[in-house]
Amino acid sequence: MAYSFDFPAVFDYTPVLVDGVVLTAALTVVSTVAGVSIGIAGAAARTSGVKALDTAVGVYVEVIRNTPFLVQLFFIFFGLPTLGIRLPEWQAAVLAMVVNLGAYSTEIIRAGIQATPRGLIEAGESLAMTRAEIFRHIVIKPAMKKIWPALSSQIVIVMLGSSVCSQIAAEELTFAANFIQSRNFRPFEVYFVVTALYLGLAVLLRWLLARFGNLVFARRAARA
Amino acid sequence: MSLVKLTGIHKSYGDNEVLKGIDLKVNEGQVVALIGRSGSGKSTLLRTINGLERINQGSIEVDGACVDPGQSDLRALRLKVGMVFQQFNLFPHLTAGQNVMLAPVVVKKQSKADVRTIAEEALAKVGLADKFDAYPDQLSGGQQQRVAIARSLAMKPRVMLCDEITSALDPELVNEVLAVVRKLAEEGMTLLLVTHEMRFAREVCDTLVFMHKGRIAEQGAPEEVFTKPATPELAQFIGMVTER
Ligand SMILES: Nc1ncnc2c1ncn2[C@@H]1O[C@H](COP(=O)(O)OP(=O)(O)OP(=O)(O)O)[C@@H](O)[C@H]1O
Ligand SMILES: [Mg+2]
Repeated sequence: MAYSFDFPAVFDYTPVLVDGVVLTAALTVVSTVAGVSIGIAGAAARTSGVKALDTAVGVYVEVIRNTPFLVQLFFIFFGLPTLGIRLPEWQAAVLAMVVNLGAYSTEIIRAGIQATPRGLIEAGESLAMTRAEIFRHIVIKPAMKKIWPALSSQIVIVMLGSSVCSQIAAEELTFAANFIQSRNFRPFEVYFVVTALYLGLAVLLRWLLARFGNLVFARRAARA
Repeated sequence: MSLVKLTGIHKSYGDNEVLKGIDLKVNEGQVVALIGRSGSGKSTLLRTINGLERINQGSIEVDGACVDPGQSDLRALRLKVGMVFQQFNLFPHLTAGQNVMLAPVVVKKQSKADVRTIAEEALAKVGLADKFDAYPDQLSGGQQQRVAIARSLAMKPRVMLCDEITSALDPELVNEVLAVVRKLAEEGMTLLLVTHEMRFAREVCDTLVFMHKGRIAEQGAPEEVFTKPATPELAQFIGMVTER
């Protein structure tokens, strides 16, 4: 079998690839910020001691964690218009990713919150702090620090999972790949390059998240 | 007028009645030691006084702040009552200074600059002026407990509760913490201490309260209580603790 590789045939489409990388990155950034925010709020709700809140958020979390991401995406993009909610591709993609990461991060962050030693909460109570003040100033930061590696992995999973959004023609990286190979008929080269790009993005994202974690959760050098 | 007034306090965990009607008055500046066997309800009693445990019956009054099973303004109560725990319970992500500053800033909404001064004074009082920027895990147990005392002091409580605050410490670190408590007592702070340090209780406290099975079995001046126990339970308890 004599196949001659033709990578320049891929690089002719560099602008398309760049657009794809940019949209994938943008989807990831937006869904990370919004998804983790939902996760913090959801975890707060689940640990609030308010039964109705806990149950409501619990249902959300279990529905999302026990259904395929692709189906969630289709539901938003193809299903919701029936109710008059019509979203452009990229908005549907963002919404699906936010809802998905929100559910997973709720559970991850909740585990961190529940690992808070009881004594720290009592110390806060004995200082006349309210539940909300205790959550904000005592509980959440050590909890986030503890689960940051797990949360980082979940964020990378969501970034990689965004490739599914090509199915609703959101023009992210996988969409770009499908587009290019339908033009140049070089699937090996195209998917090789795109695989490398995803790998690069994932490594970069992990590095950024680790840096961010160090920045936010590291202590200032003590004067000793 | 007593600063702390406990009336008919009952507290149960399920079927287990742990406090069976406690009446206790503590005057301003009084230093009271709670002693008694393990399980007699000392910690539970202390924890009811700042609302960490709900009571089933009775009332707690501290300097006008009142809590009973029907109505509870826990915030008002806790602003009057400081608490120091056996396990220090310092916030691990904050420096000593930040630990001390947190509640005055967040709860009392005092300005950061004012609170910084208060925190520096509080840490100086416990002999840790130079540890403002140290994190809890960079401090010894004795130092951590002193930061915890400073944290409580910074809220300017009317009374401080201490539950076996030297029990988690290595023996050589006990004295530095007791010295701080002694200083607070001398300065007129109202203190309610659960302690197993009998020598300390005898020297520093004006009143000893002996608890037995959820009741106050005896109370009085330390010398009196120690030398002339009225109940066999106390006599036995004294024998037990002085043997050690
Ligand atoms: N959260 C709880 N749930 C159920 N029972 C409890 C709880 N806390 C304490 N008890 C019970 O209440 C009783 C009194 O406990 P408490 O901790 O007040 O005793 P103590 O006098 O402080 O003892 P020690 O000297 O060992 O600290 C014990 O029988 C204990 O098992
Ligand atoms: Mg106890």
